[in-house]
Amino acid sequence: MSPVRPTATVVRPVIFRHRWLALALPFALAMPSVLLAAPGPSGHDHPVPSQVTTGTSGTSLSDNRFRWPGWNKISDTLLMRQYNTRIVLLGSILLGIGAGTVGTFMLLRKRSLVGDVVSHASLPGIAMAFLAIELAYPGKGRSLPVLLFGALLAGLLGVLCTIGIRRFSRIKEDTALAIVLSVFFGIGIALFTIIQKLPTGQVAGLQQFIYGQTASMTSADVGLIGLASILVIAVSAALFKEFGLLCFDEEFGRSHGWPTTWLDLVLMALVVCIAITGLQSVGMLLVVAMLIIPPAAARFWTDRLGSMTVIAAVLGGLSAWLGGVVSSLFARFSAGAVIVLAGTLFFLVSLAFGTRRGLLPRGLRQWSNNRRIGRHDLLRTLYEMLEPRLESSEPDSSDDPLADIHFASDEVLSRRSWTRSRLSRLLDRATRDGLLQAVESGWRLTASGAAEARLVARNHRLWETYLILHADIAPNHVDRDADLIEHVLEPDLVSQLLETVSARYPQMQMPPSPHPLEPGT
Amino acid sequence: MTDGPQTATPPPDEHARHPSSAPLAIHDMTVAYHRRPVLWDIDYDAPPGKLTAIVGPNGSGKTTLIKAAVDLVPRASGDVRFFGSAYHKVRHRVGYVPQRGSVDWDFPVNALDVVAMGLYKQIGWFRPVTRRYRDQAMHYLERVGMADYAARQISQLSGGQQQRVFLARALSQQADVYLMDEPFVGVDAATERAIVVILQELREAGKSALVVHHDLQTVPEYFDHVLLLNMRMVATGPISDVFTPENLRATYGGKLALLDQVGHRMTLNQGRS
Repeated sequence: MSPVRPTATVVRPVIFRHRWLALALPFALAMPSVLLAAPGPSGHDHPVPSQVTTGTSGTSLSDNRFRWPGWNKISDTLLMRQYNTRIVLLGSILLGIGAGTVGTFMLLRKRSLVGDVVSHASLPGIAMAFLAIELAYPGKGRSLPVLLFGALLAGLLGVLCTIGIRRFSRIKEDTALAIVLSVFFGIGIALFTIIQKLPTGQVAGLQQFIYGQTASMTSADVGLIGLASILVIAVSAALFKEFGLLCFDEEFGRSHGWPTTWLDLVLMALVVCIAITGLQSVGMLLVVAMLIIPPAAARFWTDRLGSMTVIAAVLGGLSAWLGGVVSSLFARFSAGAVIVLAGTLFFLVSLAFGTRRGLLPRGLRQWSNNRRIGRHDLLRTLYEMLEPRLESSEPDSSDDPLADIHFASDEVLSRRSWTRSRLSRLLDRATRDGLLQAVESGWRLTASGAAEARLVARNHRLWETYLILHADIAPNHVDRDADLIEHVLEPDLVSQLLETVSARYPQMQMPPSPHPLEPGT
Repeated sequence: MTDGPQTATPPPDEHARHPSSAPLAIHDMTVAYHRRPVLWDIDYDAPPGKLTAIVGPNGSGKTTLIKAAVDLVPRASGDVRFFGSAYHKVRHRVGYVPQRGSVDWDFPVNALDVVAMGLYKQIGWFRPVTRRYRDQAMHYLERVGMADYAARQISQLSGGQQQRVFLARALSQQADVYLMDEPFVGVDAATERAIVVILQELREAGKSALVVHHDLQTVPEYFDHVLLLNMRMVATGPISDVFTPENLRATYGGKLALLDQVGHRMTLNQGRS
């Protein structure tokens, strides 16, 4: 073992230090709904017709009027006073949390569409399971566990087909995904046509898998979804570091002896789990959105895998909650669609305001950067303009002689291609920052302005000399934004540059380097 | 640093065939992608405790050689041994530094996270990266002069800094032989010097390194041995014996104008010593 030195403290979010705790967060968020759902009415297994979930009995399928919900209904829904609402919301939230968690890894593995393949590939599985039971026990075809089991097998088969096509032919991944998705879906639709012609067959009950029917969720469904969600979160937490390695650098992981193929299959199995349990609520067309939109939104807020996973899970749960609430308030909206729309809302907010990559914070950083560059340009121009006059001016006190020279703004204008308005903006801003002072004949630098001007000019000359002397180095490798050249270059190189620069500008009084420079390290 | 005279190195044929001390011994290896062979009959022993450059034109199979050695690319035939054992038995003694372009640098991890990946095998299944391992990773970041950048997201590092992070990840493994795929490509001068220093430190610690290298000019300066490769092995041995204009011409097919320059320099060096 190598000697371990006490190292510089790295600022890291609390979330990462207590990873297990962090992954328990989604559960904590879902907990209130669990507690509320537990003491439900006596019969837990009543299938609930969709019209009833709105809580009031006023709506029926023939009623086409749009109704605004009353305050009572809103508070009922938000507080989940209705058993059905509770069930539906709880199921959706758990699904959203699970989907956000596993979706993070799929997004980072650039496998965003695998969830889509799984859900579409499950259609023939559902149809075949229905046909199989229908043939054995006519009239009993709509048994949910059996249908989902069929969906699971077909979904897995679809994923294996994708992997197989990619591995054993030279077809690229996106093509393989498209082939499997459309072929399986085609077979499924064909089988549905057959079912429709059966004497007992009713496709109506099966079509909910295509568009989803959150409102018809029962407590058994919620149990199933909860189980799948807990499984997904537990496996993701246990294999967090392994999945991270798989997504970042699969080859390196393989060279270290990690069974990357198996890890990949486990990850796929998790996606299949979530996609299949999500079929019933959001439907196969939209389940991919629950897997991908929350992680995509989470990426705007963080640069760490751990926090990204947690944020994606939270956003997944939140959008499911919001979607569930809205769809139960307005009975005409399909819950699956509203959940996806709620997710999209969070995505747009993240796109705009995300602290790491959001457009607005990025724009702000760009803006303040431009301001800083403008300020440095002004100070350097002033220094270069005033430097020749330094010798002639008489230092009357211990103050910086640079600050004693007065100048007019037209002098500055003649040295740069700035417009008059840009210059006056720069001058005003510098005055507000306390770098400049207006005097009757024009302007003068303040003491702090003079000090900063020296520093800026010094840094610029060092970089310039560096680029001239070491022109073989591509300029994009030079971090000119670094506050001081010493932060980037080695000490002996800096002292060599300092010598060159002082020889070229003998009148320049260099501020001493804040770092000790030992020659020849 | 120039290549001094190699006193205690006997020519390879005095060793037994593929000695078990060799950090890497490749026996009659052929590698093919979709029926098109990219490496033919490679038979090679890496010298222990030396820095070896793997040199050859584009498409000559340098990367494939390394990947086939660490079982990332299937071998059509042949056998690879590290210290006399199959790779999967001695993984921990072999450090692999992939090409920088092989990963997505936009990934949400920081420099320290990447270095810690070299310790995952040591940490073991299911366990999180604890403080102890993060401190270890930090130690290796310091070694490549990147301690100040530990918390930076990796896309905010320059090419050279990214390469140093990759190097630190391999160093954290404390391997005995390192296989590096083009660590010098697209890096700044400071990184190039840092890598050279680390290579020298590895050699002083008695470890070996095989490095895919593009810049013929610096081969004699940085390395002790060279493996000239162009789908077949053209020549291998100490720089002074093997890095000759004739061998380079045989490797590159006389395509490089640079060759004559390098050849000239080599003759000068030999004349001087």
